[in-house]
Amino acid sequence: MAWKGVERGGDGQPVWSGASAVAGAAAELQGGVQAEHAQAQARQAGEVILDLQHISLSFGGVKALTDISFDVREHEIRAIIGPNGAGKSSMLNVINGVYHPQQGRIVFRGEERRKMHPTAAARQGIARTFQNIALFKGMTVLDNIMTGRNTRFRSGLLANALWWGPARNEEMRHRQKVEEVIDFLEIQAIRKTPVGRLPYGLQKRVELARALAAEPSMLLLDEPMAGMNVEEKQDMCRFILDVNHQFGTTIVLIEHDMGVVMDISDRVVVLDYGKKIGDGTPEAVKANPDVIRAYLGAGH
Amino acid sequence: MTFFFEILIGGLLSGLMYSLVALGFVLIYKASGVFNFAQGAMVYFAALAVVGLMDKGLPMWAAVIGAFGVMVVVGISTERLVLRKLVNQPPITLFMATIGLSFFLEGLGPLLFGNEVRPINLGIVDEPIESILTRFNIVVSKFDLAAAGIAGLLVGTLALFFQYTKVGRALRAVADDHQAALSLGIPLQHIWAIVWGVAGFVALVAGMLWGSRNGVQFALTLTALKALPVLILGGFTSVPGAIVGGLIIGASEKLAEIYIPPVFQSAFGGNFGGIEGWFPYVFALLFLLVRPEGLFGEKHIDRV
Amino acid sequence: MFYRESGQFKTSYLADSQIFPIRQDRIGFAVLMAVAFIAIPLTGSEYWFSAILIPFLIFALAALGLNILTGYAGQLSLGTAAFMAVGAYAAYNFQLRIEGLPVLLTFILAGLSAALVGVAFGLPSLRIKGFYLAVATLAAQFFVVWALTKFPWFSNNSSSGVITAQQLNLFGIAIDTPVKKYLFVLMLVTVLAIAAKNMVRSSTGRAWMSVRDMDVAAEVIGIPLMRTKLLAFAVSSFYCGVAGALYAFCYLGSVEPDGFSLDLSFRVLFMIIIGGVGSILGSFLGAAFILLLPIFLDNALPPLAALLHLPFTNAAVSHIQLMVFGALIIFFLVVEPHGLARLWQIAKEKLRLWPFPH
Repeated sequence: MAWKGVERGGDGQPVWSGASAVAGAAAELQGGVQAEHAQAQARQAGEVILDLQHISLSFGGVKALTDISFDVREHEIRAIIGPNGAGKSSMLNVINGVYHPQQGRIVFRGEERRKMHPTAAARQGIARTFQNIALFKGMTVLDNIMTGRNTRFRSGLLANALWWGPARNEEMRHRQKVEEVIDFLEIQAIRKTPVGRLPYGLQKRVELARALAAEPSMLLLDEPMAGMNVEEKQDMCRFILDVNHQFGTTIVLIEHDMGVVMDISDRVVVLDYGKKIGDGTPEAVKANPDVIRAYLGAGH
Repeated sequence: MTFFFEILIGGLLSGLMYSLVALGFVLIYKASGVFNFAQGAMVYFAALAVVGLMDKGLPMWAAVIGAFGVMVVVGISTERLVLRKLVNQPPITLFMATIGLSFFLEGLGPLLFGNEVRPINLGIVDEPIESILTRFNIVVSKFDLAAAGIAGLLVGTLALFFQYTKVGRALRAVADDHQAALSLGIPLQHIWAIVWGVAGFVALVAGMLWGSRNGVQFALTLTALKALPVLILGGFTSVPGAIVGGLIIGASEKLAEIYIPPVFQSAFGGNFGGIEGWFPYVFALLFLLVRPEGLFGEKHIDRV
Repeated sequence: MFYRESGQFKTSYLADSQIFPIRQDRIGFAVLMAVAFIAIPLTGSEYWFSAILIPFLIFALAALGLNILTGYAGQLSLGTAAFMAVGAYAAYNFQLRIEGLPVLLTFILAGLSAALVGVAFGLPSLRIKGFYLAVATLAAQFFVVWALTKFPWFSNNSSSGVITAQQLNLFGIAIDTPVKKYLFVLMLVTVLAIAAKNMVRSSTGRAWMSVRDMDVAAEVIGIPLMRTKLLAFAVSSFYCGVAGALYAFCYLGSVEPDGFSLDLSFRVLFMIIIGGVGSILGSFLGAAFILLLPIFLDNALPPLAALLHLPFTNAAVSHIQLMVFGALIIFFLVVEPHGLARLWQIAKEKLRLWPFPH
């Protein structure tokens, strides 16, 4: 079944079909959503939050990325696309500090750094999901998502061991926030299930929840819809758009499904063999002959 | 100065014996990715089998062959009863299973073959080599040299085996990627049976050499444990690494035992022997901090 | 029928995060505490205290310590006995060299000493994982025992490092009879067990478990690996140190470094494998199992051998014990890797349905 694309209503905002419409309609009835969508539109044009300049990364003799430069604006959804092995995941890993590029500059929120520890990236508000799910298989869904907020906990070892007032209250406050994320992603029913027992699609959703629990300002998603059927993809798209519209989170996402990319992203970067071959709005990139040759093929 | 060389050579030679035990580890790890903590127990078990069978009246050559048969049975049973059931478990589980196996063998061995300390007589005497003694005034034990020679021969043969034979190549393929090897038609179960059989043979040789030197007793298992620092130094997957690691550990532990205690003694008085017990481990630990994969091991990269 | 959750709704997150969310469990635990603190002291025999209950509690504490490090934080350790030894000898020295040091403070200081040693030998965990780390902890095991034997200061210049624990006085009451020792140990172990349960379900425990399950992902979330791992070593060694001090003071009376050998480390490891890795309850179940097994074998094997007309010696018993340990480890790893604790959980789940089949 081909991706039918997202129907857009009169105001340009996505209208969802099926069961999601019920939820959507209910949400609209609550009021304020229209206002939020209007606000989201106004937020579209943001400042540059991330600027990557001449990034080159190699492993031994293998060049993963060669002289890549692009920027990401606040509140936008930026897609990175390209054939397998183009270096997309490596690009994300560079952004959040898992890999350190041999050359180039990374300017995040005005601060420049080339080498950053992933822990520091997390504390600066960058969260991410992984291509092969990186959930903590030994813990429940709730614990996994709570772990996403671990950096915000102030209670030390002794306070935790005694489980006295302040430690307890802090845990409950964070639990409250985590429950909001759980409600947002509609995974209430599975919160006490060990993640190892969940189907693939739900695991991806839990991973997204864990990233969201950290209240990030920038979210890096590595193929969030890989291996999902159409309905799951629709749900995931809805969530991603909701995150972007309601919370204003900047999103950088790697995705192979061209329909999804064209529909939800504001701007697209195209990589091929570690080099950038396209950069712009979805329509512009779709028409770019280099991109067509390397990636899209004649059919599109 | 000659004393130093004497200790050094003695250490190098005994180091080769450690290499022999480490070799068993490397074989199994290379072929099945399992870190076989029970290798030491296998050495003990094999030695016990030899003396046990001899006690029952068999001549030595028959006892050795019998012991080899026993080790093959042990290997195949381990593969079938333990490893096959734990195929998809994380490595730590397999490691703990081999700890269980080592305890099992350490109990079964004395139960079947008796637990009195018995020597193995290989006909090589622990006496200095006359020519070296007279010319260089260094004591080099005939036994140590012979043992080192046997160990070296075995290690060399195995290294060639791995590199140049069809079975050796298959073993390396299996160690790299089980699934891929399977899809190429390599019979996994046969390979593992072969590997554990060879590891059993190595354990037998090691058991006989060590048992000949110190008598077949429970302390053999602790000696075998020394193979772990050897592996750390040499890398878990390298046969030449086992040799080099063994040499280094053997030499350094003997030298440490001679030269470090006097330092403490002059400062604190009292007796500070027994450094051999922990020195290889601490040495390996420090080495790990500098080069985690060992001298010849493969670097492990986590793909995210 | 009896074990139903119906009607027990949680209306607050606080209620949802209790240690025993089901009322029947809470009642069961209260009964257990009553039995442990009241019934047993009144009815137990000296043999029970000295030979079974006290060592059970002490080993459960050591297993708890190891479980925190290996089960929750995923750092394999074969040096448990060494940390226990540090605790024992530290407690002895603190009592010996500081006049009138309060008992509880002695034990806390003993635990902290063990924690320091634990952190020192845990530093390699920042660069190495898995079995490599196990070998590093072996270094701790052998070195500590050697140091305690060779440096006469630790054992107050006694030969071969033997120390005889002093008598303890808690708030003026001498802890000299088995009952008093039992209550003292029970009190300490209960407090530390509850603390452990609190730690593992808090942000601390989550940090540990994330490092265990996938440390790269944990780093990306912002969890500081070094601090988390070292904390696990510290807490685990603290628990083992206190267990070691109790081992010397309330169980054996006098100890020597060789008594804290590699063999003991393996025993504690077996306790957590059989009891349940990563489970507080499992530490207790495993300790009970490993402790009771030799007694069971001692009593069951002679008649069994007589039945089978096999010759029987004392040595044979110890050999069979090793075999049984080894076989059980393998059995549990194959059949139920999560140990007795998981079997207990399954039993409870079946009990919830009883008398219905599903």
